Amino acid sequence: MEITLQVNGTRRTVEVDPRVSLLDLLRERLGLTGSKKGCDHGQCGACTVLIDGRRANACLALAVAQDGSDITTVEGLADGDRPHPLQAAFIEHDAFQCGYCTPGQLCSAAGMLAEGGPSAITDDLATDPALTAEEVRERMSGNLCRCGAYPNIVTAIVEVAR
Amino acid sequence: MNRIEGHDKVTGRATYAAEYPVEGVTYAYPVQAEIARGRITSIDAAGALAMPGVLTVLSSEDPPELAPDADPELGLFQRREVAYRGQIVAAVVADTYENARAAARAVRVTYQEDPHDVRLRSDHPGLYRPEKVNPFYPADTEKGDVAAGLAAAAFTVDVTYTTPAMHNNPMEPHATLAVWSGDGDLTVYDATQGVSTARDMIAKTLGLPAERVRVVCRHVGGGFGAKGTIRPGTMLAVLAARAAGRPVKVALTRQQLFDVTGYRTPTIQRLRLGADADGRLTAVDHEVAEQSSTLIEFAEQTATPARTMYETPALRTAHRLVRLDVASPSWMRAPGECPGMYALESAMDELAIAVGMDPVELRVLNDPEVEPAGGRPFSSRNLVACLLEGARRFGWEGRDPTPGVRRQGRWLIGTGVASSTYPALRRPSQATATVENGGYVVRVAAVDLGTGARTALTRIAATTLGVPPEQVRVELGDSDLPAAPLAGGSMGTASWGSAVVAACEEALRDGKHGAADTTDAIKAQEDLARHSFGAQFARVRVDMDTGEVRVSHLLGIFAAGRIIDEKLARSQFVGGMTMGLGMALMEATVTDEEFGGFSNHDLAQYHVPVCADIERIDAAWIEEDDRHLNPMGAKGIGEIGIVGTAAAIGNAVYHATGIRVRDLPITPARLLA
Repeated sequence: MEITLQVNGTRRTVEVDPRVSLLDLLRERLGLTGSKKGCDHGQCGACTVLIDGRRANACLALAVAQDGSDITTVEGLADGDRPHPLQAAFIEHDAFQCGYCTPGQLCSAAGMLAEGGPSAITDDLATDPALTAEEVRERMSGNLCRCGAYPNIVTAIVEVAR
Repeated sequence: MNRIEGHDKVTGRATYAAEYPVEGVTYAYPVQAEIARGRITSIDAAGALAMPGVLTVLSSEDPPELAPDADPELGLFQRREVAYRGQIVAAVVADTYENARAAARAVRVTYQEDPHDVRLRSDHPGLYRPEKVNPFYPADTEKGDVAAGLAAAAFTVDVTYTTPAMHNNPMEPHATLAVWSGDGDLTVYDATQGVSTARDMIAKTLGLPAERVRVVCRHVGGGFGAKGTIRPGTMLAVLAARAAGRPVKVALTRQQLFDVTGYRTPTIQRLRLGADADGRLTAVDHEVAEQSSTLIEFAEQTATPARTMYETPALRTAHRLVRLDVASPSWMRAPGECPGMYALESAMDELAIAVGMDPVELRVLNDPEVEPAGGRPFSSRNLVACLLEGARRFGWEGRDPTPGVRRQGRWLIGTGVASSTYPALRRPSQATATVENGGYVVRVAAVDLGTGARTALTRIAATTLGVPPEQVRVELGDSDLPAAPLAGGSMGTASWGSAVVAACEEALRDGKHGAADTTDAIKAQEDLARHSFGAQFARVRVDMDTGEVRVSHLLGIFAAGRIIDEKLARSQFVGGMTMGLGMALMEATVTDEEFGGFSNHDLAQYHVPVCADIERIDAAWIEEDDRHLNPMGAKGIGEIGIVGTAAAIGNAVYHATGIRVRDLPITPARLLA
């Protein structure tokens, strides 16, 4: 099937097998290997991208269902040569070790910062709470990091959220 | 120092094994055994071969040619016998991943099934004493008279702790891209912890000279031991590429990882401790039962830390192994020390309670002058300093040992302590340093699996050369570079760094180039007991309505020689402690006794810590000036962080609740039982 989608600001028209996930389309067909495959089941978050500005697991999205979508991957986060503030903060706070969960953490954090609203741990559901470390931990728990960089990830995100 | 490859990693430009762009790449997908033990009677590939895009099917119907002495795990498709459920018995190569996966389901394998035995138990009749335990330690040691020591003791503890099978679960599943050239040379892009060792193992399995094989691994998404040696997926890519005449990519699924890439053996550990009226140990006996597959003998060194930790006139350590119809276990972060110290340090807590002594004081009192089992002097030992500094920072003083009496709302609060230890060894390595374009290029076939090796080696070289780090470029991750040992056993930086320092010193003398090989220097070093030590403190809260345990604070104080880079070191320690928290509270792979294999196969059912599980973790260190290690004065730090964490948390859970859970993980079900 032929689909057209916007990837990191570039319009791409591709012929895809209906079994292909968005993640495999990016990695195996479009040469965008920044999005990682950690579990292919939506359990680890390494494949997180932004679909129309919202964070989503690319491994759970079929490519054919993305016709007309606007996709941002980790390769599209920076503004040209100027890194996204989250990218700079991740480097500065050593918010990764092996780096394999990092693209997903970054896209997830970028999507999360734009979300607002209460989370499962917010006391008053009518408020838009400040992104404290505790709120960030809750909202970033869909992205696993086996190296255990969580404290530094939280520090980096809280710094950018301010 | 910020990681040298940091920019590549945050922009998605760092290339992992499955990501190298290779013209004409194809995909192999494995077919796994559906029985735990038996014999394959036929493999019908006709249906698969007729499917779209399929190039070939590999199986024991037509065994690929390999070296006759190939390792039975790596020598794929050589035998008709099935050793465990999930073993790779066939594979399909196709033009796309989707076509290969679909056709793999169409391969028909029929079996003659035999009854299987997959359950580890301490009275298994098949238990035997292995010749040695990983990697080269004696299976048993005995000093003094344990029975007499226990009989004479004023206080004794006789307890059995168990740990379940656990899986490393690096974020990057094992992946390999194999490319054969027209003249029979092989290039393998592999997710591995050691490019030189992977090259040698691949060449040996194929029966090729090592020069014909090149292994490249510039970035690897974690390993924690699971990528320390090559696993069947690597050989699958190599053999499939040879059979298809095309480059082949194998990216194992998370589910497949559980079956074919190794795991930490489950353990059953009996600890008998005796102490006199003052708390001085009179006897230590640590006996372990653990498992391996019928294919290979992997005997984890679980009881070895007792040989290092505490002064006692009578000390016995023993390992017993049983070969079951299970997948082959292997290295997982701190094999041996991690499960062994969980049991020993939990038992020490129980002894402290029996004696009526503070658990920090008990450990300080029993700190040895020389290595308890072998009598060798220590190169340096600062366990006591770690315990005292940790106690000071944690606010341990004045702790009421009474369990189950501190309450904050729904939560019961408790604190616990445990010691850590890990050997500080090194292996021979080569390296070169060359003046190029006004700076230095350092070459060594090391691998940076997220430890920060690239950055640490740059600092080591820059310090030796007396130049800023910007003037040094370190090339690693390619077996064409000077041969080096794998990143494992917390030996990477010590091993590679020794060679880098020597090469840089020679380059300074020469003015242009230096080359080093540390084989002789390591052979000539003094026979000392070289170990890192540490102390871990945990504060937990337990909701006794739900059994939920939360770790409010973990503090680790480590004595690991000279710390080469503070930022990287802290990340390593904290990462290890985080994995230790997972071990304490959630990580377990459950053996399927009815069908063989493991029941839980993914990250929804094998839980690892998530961001919300980690509230506060602090790591710090005692500076050590140890001249008996290596030119950097550094001990490895990749593993000690996980050692002792689970015991500290378990001891804190006991302090909070009065419930001693002796089987990991400490789940709500076990607390409420």
